[in-house]
Amino acid sequence: MGAYLLRRLVQSALILLGVSFITYLLLFILPADPVRQIAGRSATAATVESIRRELGLDQPFVVQYGRYLWNLLQLDLGRSYLQRSEVSELIAARLPATLLLMGAAILCELLIGITLGIVAALWRGRALDQGLMIVSFVAVSAPQFVVSLLLLYVFAVQLGWFPIGGYGTFAHLVLPALTLGLLGSGWYARMMRSSMIDVLRADFIRTARAIGLTRARVILRHALPNAILPVIAMIGIDIGIFMGGIVVVESVFGWPGIGQLAWQAIQRVDIPIIMGVTLVSAFAIVAGNLLADLVAPFIDPRIKLR
Amino acid sequence: MTTSVVPDRKPRGVLARLRRRPLAVIGFVLIAIVVAGAVLAPWIAPHDPNQQHFDGLTIEGAPLPPGGEFLLGTDLLGRDLLTRILYGAQTSLIIGVVANGIALVIGTLVGLVAGYFRGWIGTILMRFTDLMMAFPALLLAICLAAIFQPSLWIVAMVIAFVNWVQAARVIYTETTSLSTRDFIAAERTLGAGAGRILFRHILPHLVPTIIVWGTLGISTTVLLEATLSFLGVGVQPPTPSWGNIIFENQTYFQAAPWLVFFPGTAVLLLALAFNLVGDALRDELDPLQRGRD
Repeated sequence: MGAYLLRRLVQSALILLGVSFITYLLLFILPADPVRQIAGRSATAATVESIRRELGLDQPFVVQYGRYLWNLLQLDLGRSYLQRSEVSELIAARLPATLLLMGAAILCELLIGITLGIVAALWRGRALDQGLMIVSFVAVSAPQFVVSLLLLYVFAVQLGWFPIGGYGTFAHLVLPALTLGLLGSGWYARMMRSSMIDVLRADFIRTARAIGLTRARVILRHALPNAILPVIAMIGIDIGIFMGGIVVVESVFGWPGIGQLAWQAIQRVDIPIIMGVTLVSAFAIVAGNLLADLVAPFIDPRIKLR
Repeated sequence: MTTSVVPDRKPRGVLARLRRRPLAVIGFVLIAIVVAGAVLAPWIAPHDPNQQHFDGLTIEGAPLPPGGEFLLGTDLLGRDLLTRILYGAQTSLIIGVVANGIALVIGTLVGLVAGYFRGWIGTILMRFTDLMMAFPALLLAICLAAIFQPSLWIVAMVIAFVNWVQAARVIYTETTSLSTRDFIAAERTLGAGAGRILFRHILPHLVPTIIVWGTLGISTTVLLEATLSFLGVGVQPPTPSWGNIIFENQTYFQAAPWLVFFPGTAVLLLALAFNLVGDALRDELDPLQRGRD
């Protein structure tokens, strides 16, 4: 276990290193000039050159990346080109909002998905099951921005139950979390259904029925705890999916998280912020996957970590 | 072939078996409708996609609601929404097929080579695949698309670049297990070269997997294109795309929700259709999945 953990941690660190290298390389070779953005349209060639030299952007790639990496190893993400502050401070200021949204969204996903999955498994093959599976297909096929806008239109514009966007109170959280929760619940519902079906076929369930336990007790006390574990283990993977899609929901709802920070930085070619948010997201993805692998043997003792 | 002793309850062809799955049939019908709409757009579209009609806006300059001459209403510039949605189907399908095709070719090659040769080539390729898995895909795509001045083909390349990873991993797993089988060892003993073994003997066994992932992947691609275009970094107006129709009219959606609702539904239905067909194909083609539902 110790050796496994050490190896995985080293691997994760190497993956993050690779992500930083590729992102930096892409931003270096792409035809976007951050200096033009900083200097503004009316700047003279001399001003542009002096800014370029000041930021070290006239250096060759190896030197620039080497310096970035050296700072990164000291946990320094650099300074924003356009906002006069440290990238780590900007991200730290935005991260709580994103984490709050992520927590609420995962809670929604689990509640909706697991409930639908159990119902579908118990009514397996009937019309209710088929209807729920169609619903889960619709959920995984729906574009986030469309669902965001429709929920906004119905619940904020027409009914006025929730604010149209922004941050601060519980009411602000409901619609963005519900958007992500509804869409993500499709996967959980399908997983919960097939896991529940597998468990309901197992011998110990037949034994539990045979000794005369009530149906409710067999399902809630014996089947559910076993069926739910593989689904819970997916949360780690889900963090990665969540991090990938945060930009859209945050920009539609005006949610001040790191997705919006990244989106604004991309539009202004503010490379240190883009790098910082990419690395933080990649860190969350790697950590989530590692977590999923680490809990797997506790959930299914047949899995051995090698 | 003579008649079998036990009457076959299942028809043999995959297509024939898919016909018995109502969800797959719904998926096929939806795909057929979108393809027909895209191909026939120049003939069946009621108007020109870029014409800004004088009578396409109210006196106050607002878009017209659905009904009347403009069946699904008009957009902010007074263009016919139905026409733009029909032409938008072309964009979605072209990107869906091209981007996903490229992603599938890259994924298959990487997975095949890594799975067959293992060793250092395999290690490097699969570590690179792990690395791509750790990328926040949408963020990367947005970043790339925003920095290139995006055209239809650039958007397709960007999507392919972030989307080949899943296919590579699946193909890799299957190739590793196939290449330890006896018939491959026999080929090797007979002196067949790596190219011949890979493409004549391993690849044909992977065709079902490739078909399944190819179908499911189109759904992901269609969603990604719509999302990029919605953010304004995908396909650029005036070329209509379901995503950029919503992008262009977003500021007005509180007053004119149909401008979000119709193109949004189109994206949803096309993605749904490919998911339905892909899922049914997986059930039919993957022996491990059979009998589970």
